[in-house]
Amino acid sequence: MNAHLIIRIAKALLLARWKQTLVAAIGVTFSITMFITLLSFMTGLNDLLDGLILNRTAHIRLFNEIKPSLDQPINQSKDYKGSYNFIRSIKSGSSRQEIYNSQAIMQALRKDNRVTGVAPKITAQVFFNDGSIDITGVVNGIDAREESSLFHFNDYVTQGNPLDIENVSNSIILGKGLAAKLLANIGDVVLVTTAKQQQFSLKVVGFFQSGLQELDKVQSYASIGTTQKILGKPSDYVTDIQLKMVDINQAPTVAKEFAKLFNADAEDIQTANSQFETGSSVRSLISYSVGIVLLIVAGFGIYNILNMMIYEKMDSIAILKAIGFSGLDVNRIFLVIAISIGFFGGLLGLFFGFLLSMFIDQIPFNTPSLPTIRTYPINYNPAFYLIASIFSLVTTYLAGWAPSRKASKVDPVIIIRGK
Amino acid sequence: MDESIVLQAEHINKSFHDPVTIPVLKDVSLIIKKGEFVSVTGKSGCGKSTLLYILSTMDTDYEGDLYIGGQAMRGRTEKQLARVRNESIGFVFQFHYLLNEFTVLENVMLPGLKLGIHSEVEVKDLAMDRLNTLGIQSLAAKKADQLSGGEKQRVAIARALINSPSIVMCDEPTGNLDKKNSLVVFDIFKKLAEENKQTLLVVTHDQEFAKNTHRTIEMEDGRIIKQ
Ligand SMILES: Nc1ncnc2c1ncn2[C@@H]1O[C@H](COP(=O)(O)OP(=O)(O)O)[C@@H](O)[C@H]1O
Ligand SMILES: [Mg+2]
Repeated sequence: MNAHLIIRIAKALLLARWKQTLVAAIGVTFSITMFITLLSFMTGLNDLLDGLILNRTAHIRLFNEIKPSLDQPINQSKDYKGSYNFIRSIKSGSSRQEIYNSQAIMQALRKDNRVTGVAPKITAQVFFNDGSIDITGVVNGIDAREESSLFHFNDYVTQGNPLDIENVSNSIILGKGLAAKLLANIGDVVLVTTAKQQQFSLKVVGFFQSGLQELDKVQSYASIGTTQKILGKPSDYVTDIQLKMVDINQAPTVAKEFAKLFNADAEDIQTANSQFETGSSVRSLISYSVGIVLLIVAGFGIYNILNMMIYEKMDSIAILKAIGFSGLDVNRIFLVIAISIGFFGGLLGLFFGFLLSMFIDQIPFNTPSLPTIRTYPINYNPAFYLIASIFSLVTTYLAGWAPSRKASKVDPVIIIRGK
Repeated sequence: MDESIVLQAEHINKSFHDPVTIPVLKDVSLIIKKGEFVSVTGKSGCGKSTLLYILSTMDTDYEGDLYIGGQAMRGRTEKQLARVRNESIGFVFQFHYLLNEFTVLENVMLPGLKLGIHSEVEVKDLAMDRLNTLGIQSLAAKKADQLSGGEKQRVAIARALINSPSIVMCDEPTGNLDKKNSLVVFDIFKKLAEENKQTLLVVTHDQEFAKNTHRTIEMEDGRIIKQ
């Protein structure tokens, strides 16, 4: 009964000053709209930029680094057990880039339920021969199907069919930049020379654009089989095993485990791309800060308007108190006013924020470096809407707190006598 | 405690301190009995309003004791006092204080809704009844700020009566009205006192008015000199 009455009085006071109320509510609406839009857009961009790297990067990469043995012969000698052994100019021995027993390892990994996908890879350093000029480049031997399902390889093949490298013998997909340097078109044949001076001719079946131009100037893709042939290696030769994890956060610990288990080097994505985490979190931080600042400004707007309203309504407050409303009742009346401004202003803000995000989502955004993106990226995460509603209610409550307290402390005697 | 005593004040003293201490009420004691129509007169500035604010529980900064319906008001919380005002006291100010955001009917209903013992429909009936008594039922749907001064004062009286208070206090209710409207308001008080046996405590300048009440309390310089 009392609550109903308080809401009724608050409503009457609000409607009597509907213009000011509207201005205050528009302030909240504006800031919530911007908050939602900013976060949706920034997060969309974050996802895009992260995706640029993270989608195409293995969560864990197993490989064999060419490096000197840590266990040099002198350390095994009994005679020098108790002494410090200084060895200079160590050379890497005959250690191979190849992963031993790669087929068995891949089979074991496919059975591990922490791992969602396994893709083999061979990297081969080559020269692309264009007349008298040699261009350094890399041929990546991949399994086109696995590579597409795990690392969206197909998204980045802008011309040609990625599966052609499997189906057409001795075929290759060139990076766009590399193709431009070689003046190669689809159907042309390019000549590659391996480090061991063997020459091979490969048919161009597609172009590839990663979004990172430096990469596109050197990278090319061929099937595992073709690459093995180029290098003159047997069919179990693999230099890298790439893994996708169920939980990306497990990568560092699992990487250590696998390194030990398979006696290979293992690099996790967090170590390989630590700068991206930082970038994302800084961008989120900026969007939240701007959103909160906007809300605080709106909060001050509400604070001002409530203060003004209380000043104007001193008489009404005095009458309410004289006829039996307590200070607490008056306090609640003004809090209800503040929170309803926040509630309705915020609700509209959520709606407009959604509309504005949808609008931005429609704006064309074509850039050669991002072939899969056609419009500006937007992330419609419901969490943003939840945070925005909570924020708008909390700010308006805080903005209304002091004025409401002031209203509740109005001494009716002073007002009534003062006329 | 005598059942017939509606309000009792004992040795009320009050001073203002700004910046020097000026005593405004000096040892004021009075008793208002049920059904009495009492007027308070005295020169301007003698402390009539100050006394009325204390008796109505709005001002709590005084020495002495106040009993309403036999209950001591000392030591009560702000919330409890608000309840006392709502339940037992009707107050009519010199200036017509109505809430302009509401209609006449809603203004009259507010204290009744606040009391919360009757349903909204019942409170509406009560309010219409009060408006009828004062002959202003036709104004019910109007906004408060569309009324003349005399009409507003009658609405204020109707509002003071809504919860059937044990006492209605008025601070110069005719002070701002012309002769004709003053007479109307006075007749209303007379009728309330005579027909409804409503206890009334009215501060007034108007000697004519005071003469026609049951009892007149005269004040001078913060003291009661005759009652
Ligand atoms: N807030 C105040 N501060 C100081 N003095 C006051 C204050 N309010 C009233 N007074 C003084 O108290 C005295 C009594 O005032 P009041 O009760 O309004 O008299 P009345 O209603 O009889 O005209 C006056 O002298 C007035 O100047
Ligand atoms: Mg006075």
